[in-house]
Amino acid sequence: MSLHTISVLVEDKPGVLTRVAGLFAARGFNIDSLAVGPTDEDGLSRMTIVVQLETKSLEQVTKQLNKLINVIKILEHEPSEAVERELALIKVHADGDDRARIMEICEVFRVRVLDVTHRTLIVEAIGTPEKLEALLELLRDFGIVEVSRTGRIALARGDRGIRERVQRKATAGTEDAPGGIGGRT
Amino acid sequence: MKVTGAQALFMALEGEGVDLVFGIPGGAILPAYDPLIDSKVRHVLTRHEQGAGHAAEGYAWATGKVGVCMATSGPGGCNLVTALADAKMDSVPVVAITGQVPTPAVGNDAFQEADITGITLSVTKHNFLVKDARELAETIREAFHIARTGRPGPVLIDLPKDVQLQEFTWSWPETVSLPGYKPTTKGNLRQVREAVRLILQAKRPVLYVGGGVIRANATKELFELATEGNLPVVTTLMARGAFPDTHELACGMPGMHGAYTAVTAMQKSDLLVALGARFDDRVTGLLSGFAPHAKVIHVDVDPAEIGKNRVADVPIVGDARDVIAKMLTELRRKQEEQGGAPDRSDWLSTLRGWLEKYPYTYEQPDDGPIKPQFAIERLCEHAKDAIVVSGVGQHQMWTSQFWRFTRPRTFITSGGLGTMGFALPAALGAKAGRPDRRVVAIDGDGCFQMTTQELATSRTEKIPFITAIINNAHLGMVRQWQEMFYEERYSQVFLSHDCPDYVKLAEAYGAVGLRAEHPEEVDAVIEKALSVEDRSVVIDFRCDPREKVFPMVPAGSSNDEVILGPGGLRPIKDPAEAPIA
Repeated sequence: MSLHTISVLVEDKPGVLTRVAGLFAARGFNIDSLAVGPTDEDGLSRMTIVVQLETKSLEQVTKQLNKLINVIKILEHEPSEAVERELALIKVHADGDDRARIMEICEVFRVRVLDVTHRTLIVEAIGTPEKLEALLELLRDFGIVEVSRTGRIALARGDRGIRERVQRKATAGTEDAPGGIGGRT
Repeated sequence: MKVTGAQALFMALEGEGVDLVFGIPGGAILPAYDPLIDSKVRHVLTRHEQGAGHAAEGYAWATGKVGVCMATSGPGGCNLVTALADAKMDSVPVVAITGQVPTPAVGNDAFQEADITGITLSVTKHNFLVKDARELAETIREAFHIARTGRPGPVLIDLPKDVQLQEFTWSWPETVSLPGYKPTTKGNLRQVREAVRLILQAKRPVLYVGGGVIRANATKELFELATEGNLPVVTTLMARGAFPDTHELACGMPGMHGAYTAVTAMQKSDLLVALGARFDDRVTGLLSGFAPHAKVIHVDVDPAEIGKNRVADVPIVGDARDVIAKMLTELRRKQEEQGGAPDRSDWLSTLRGWLEKYPYTYEQPDDGPIKPQFAIERLCEHAKDAIVVSGVGQHQMWTSQFWRFTRPRTFITSGGLGTMGFALPAALGAKAGRPDRRVVAIDGDGCFQMTTQELATSRTEKIPFITAIINNAHLGMVRQWQEMFYEERYSQVFLSHDCPDYVKLAEAYGAVGLRAEHPEEVDAVIEKALSVEDRSVVIDFRCDPREKVFPMVPAGSSNDEVILGPGGLRPIKDPAEAPIA
């Protein structure tokens, strides 16, 4: 099992989120995070899905995703070849002396403070999931009131957009062998 | 031209060439049933929505066209679910149209409301909720396109009542635009060449033919490939009739209850050429022990099937007809170069030896109860040219084993989902689609009682067919498993030989009811049934409840573990055969 990040370009149609999420649910796979938003093209949305899967299961899931009528294109990201970011809003207790220490941490992490009360701060953190985890770990000492995270979003490095890319690295025997896997039904 | 959504529905259906729909009206689909009266489309009023769904499947199977069914909202749509799931599993092109409560009431728990697009999400190839009648024609076009192309399957269109009543200006979209749907149908030539290279090298090749060959209308190409390449053929349950059983290269059906020769040919093979087949668990048995020596060429229009269960050495995504035709061209060219097909006489004579040594068998004592296999063999003898429809269970396996199929689309059955009750409504649909052909449903007594009411449809709509009930008074396949694997502890499998009285029941529905209780009555009853043209016939074959389906590979076992007959009879290991593979 390993963590995979998949970008899915979809038509912005009712029910498309259910269709995509349903594919994972029907196979008993848990989605770690899922982020959806519009793209620069009218009528198209982009999902970023993070999921724990074995390679074989991943292959089957992406093939099944490809079969969904509203799915335009899928891209599996190689961690080293993608830029990944996540945004988190964190409300943390910040009484007395803690406030200065939290501000110090925020400075180091280049985190912005968005809201201040007598007892709490809301900070906005953007970064890789690892960076956010590190920040949260430090802030836990002060008492976190609540956290809201966007889930991971990703773009592949390089000049090409998702539409011009090959869906995945070749897997022995079946994938991207000449013969047009990547074909769709 | 101003039309209502309901009028547009039938204009669009006519535009798609639909001449027949199966369905039942109700509150939320009422507006659509009014313009139906003036439409050229014929509506067959079934007695249950499930029946409408299976009838649409039977129609699609028999004709190769898209089958259409209609139902109202809520329970109407819910009753279609089984048929849609069945069509999904067996890749049957079906379009279902359901009424829905008016748009403002959607999500309000209104009377007869069900979220049918949500419910059918996983049992359809795609579904639509139409919220604006101006999108209706386009949606219908898209639905039919999706249902019939690529890997065929069911598509549902949900039509709220207010959309059916909405007036708008009619226009017919000339093209379909589905940016996310572009099935790969043309096989890659380099892959085809590689496949043919392997075929020519193989010493023990087997063509493993699945339902995709029938769906793709590729049986002519298949016949030429097999005969010119001297390649033995196994036809799965979904592909019976894709290659004639009477041909010397035919090895029968593979799988759990398949022919010894078909099962063992695959086990010993060094090259499986899977054509529109999906390595289903009922074919492979224990996957890790399946065809251990074989390389695999896998041709399928659905890329998700390739590599799903078995790694393919040569994957080819494409329509079976296109790919087989290309294989054939390449094979001819290569064989011409090397002066003919490779010599496969050893392999073929081994197969012929098995066919002779281990045929399907049963014994019909003169004075004993009717054996199911006997009834089916006699039916086949008398009604060779019929379209045969079966339910699910023992009778289905015996039908597949003992009927000699020679043409495609003459065996209609529920394979993947295994839907009991499929036969009767599917036979109705098949006969409605092919009124020129005789249709014979071979059904179990358990199956028959799940959808009997469509006999009324048959009568009132004048769609006659024969139903042969293999009446063994049991849920026979479950009984067989309880006998073999649960120490004969029979739990909830006894039905009854005589309740209902199938002859009286048939008569009550305006059909002819016949019964055979002894072997010597079988022929006469069949002849009598075949002499009836104007109405349906139900034959009650009172059969031996103890008869079991063999050969059998027990669930979870390797296909090397074929049980040939009662008492765990195994094939005799011929030492001379050992060196194979």
